[in-house]
Amino acid sequence: MQLTNRSKVVVKHQLNWVEKLYLPAIATGLSITIKHLFKKSATVKYPEQTREIASVYRGQHVLKRDEKGRENCTACGLCAVACPAEAITMEAAERKKGEEHLYKEEKYAAKYEINMLRCIYCGLCEDACPKDAIYLSDRIVPTAFTRGNFIYGKDMLVESVDASGKVDISKRKKIYDMDAQPKQPLLK
Amino acid sequence: MDWSLLLDKSILIFIIFLISLGIAAYATYGERKVAAFLQDRIGPDRAGPFGLLQPIADGVKMFTKEEIIPSASDKILFILGPCLFMMTALMTSAVIPWGKSFNFGGHEFHLQVADLNVGMLYIFAVVSIGGYGIMIGGWASNNKFALLGALRASSQMISYELAMGMSIVAMLLFTNTLSLREIVDGQAGDGNLWNVVRQPLGFIIFLICAFAECNRAPFDLPESESELIGGYHTEFSSMKLGLFLFAEYINMFISSAIIVSLYFGGYHFPWIDGLDLSQNLAAVISVVIFFAKILFFIFFFMWVRWTLPRFRYDQLMNLGWKVLIPLSILNVLATGAWMTFVK
Ligand code: SF4
Ligand code: SF4
Repeated sequence: MQLTNRSKVVVKHQLNWVEKLYLPAIATGLSITIKHLFKKSATVKYPEQTREIASVYRGQHVLKRDEKGRENCTACGLCAVACPAEAITMEAAERKKGEEHLYKEEKYAAKYEINMLRCIYCGLCEDACPKDAIYLSDRIVPTAFTRGNFIYGKDMLVESVDASGKVDISKRKKIYDMDAQPKQPLLK
Repeated sequence: MDWSLLLDKSILIFIIFLISLGIAAYATYGERKVAAFLQDRIGPDRAGPFGLLQPIADGVKMFTKEEIIPSASDKILFILGPCLFMMTALMTSAVIPWGKSFNFGGHEFHLQVADLNVGMLYIFAVVSIGGYGIMIGGWASNNKFALLGALRASSQMISYELAMGMSIVAMLLFTNTLSLREIVDGQAGDGNLWNVVRQPLGFIIFLICAFAECNRAPFDLPESESELIGGYHTEFSSMKLGLFLFAEYINMFISSAIIVSLYFGGYHFPWIDGLDLSQNLAAVISVVIFFAKILFFIFFFMWVRWTLPRFRYDQLMNLGWKVLIPLSILNVLATGAWMTFVK
């Protein structure tokens, strides 16, 4: 069955003598490349200039705190199970007395690591999390010189307590609100 | 011995040496920029403004790299290879007329190191020795990729030098000289057109052969990064590799200069020659014109490189032996017939 009429029958025809000279074809090729000389370049000067990214961009992860500054994550491990790249490892610990201001639930992640080289930024960890704890943000993971430096621990992942260090993930949250009509297009 | 002559020539040789190196250095930068622009990229822009210091960074890099001489190589030949290649690349510039002569208070200063009456033959001779640089380098490496590259380089050189020589023979028929200065001057003045108009076929053959002689794409088979991992310079490192790469850019510069001299009127330009200028000013302008034409051809070399894919080896040989040589012989015959019966 023919779905579209875009298909083209290819006929291999014998080259005539002008084509056999190749020079006209070379001239055509040269004219194509010279046109690109005057085109705007497709690349940008990266560190100084960044590309426009979607407001729901999936970049470096953040482990959220609640409004009282307590870590949301309860080390349930669902994100690690969901992760198709097996990028997440964690160790759970029990909350002691007097630590209530630090951790929201009685169990928390003593160690939480994401290997940024394994991660494919699919966002499934975010979907899996029952505690609203992990989100992908619009920050781009910076380069490093060693592989070890790409394994981000809690020091890199958990957002800081004070307001200035909060990572805004409201835009990513919004897209899960299935009933609400999108107020703004996803791309800026 | 005329001391002023010696002084003149020494100064000129020194200047040409510096210019050759400078142009070769910036040709590497230009090549990357041209490649980048033709591929819609930005190209090197980190070292200095617009990346202008990139060649210097590259030079420093080359110098500070570890010097490796493979234990199984022939040490003397291994070192001789790049030296020979670089030396011959620099030597070819001797017979090129760079501009009209200056006059400093009655003292004529010719912008040509040696006005040999066999200038073109001299160039052919020196360029062929340059082929030995590649061959020796590839052979001495004792590496099969290098050897293959060297073999390709030598067979390519033999095949294309024939057609190149033939296109010069056709030109010789009506210029009656092999001196580059006379060839250049023969393309100026009343009723004298640039040789590219008088010898279009010869020009195309010469141009194609020049690409092959310089080992430039689409004829870069001796190097072919993708199949021979660098070909004849696979085993070379540090500044010896630098010499090879650098000499190739010098070759490109010199062959642009030769193409311009032979076919594009050298330092002449139609209307400007007609102007009534003082001698020194005219000389300066002629040099500027010459270099503008050369730069265009260097650009052309790069432009072609980033447009055409590499030839296959049998295609290369077919083109050389079955197309270019018969065509160039035909060109000689046609020119000869025209000189005998029409003129
Ligand atoms: S974004 Fe995907 S790949 Fe990355 S950690 Fe989360 S689930 Fe794993
Ligand atoms: S981030 Fe969410 S899913 Fe992962 S362990 Fe913590 S609470 Fe569980």
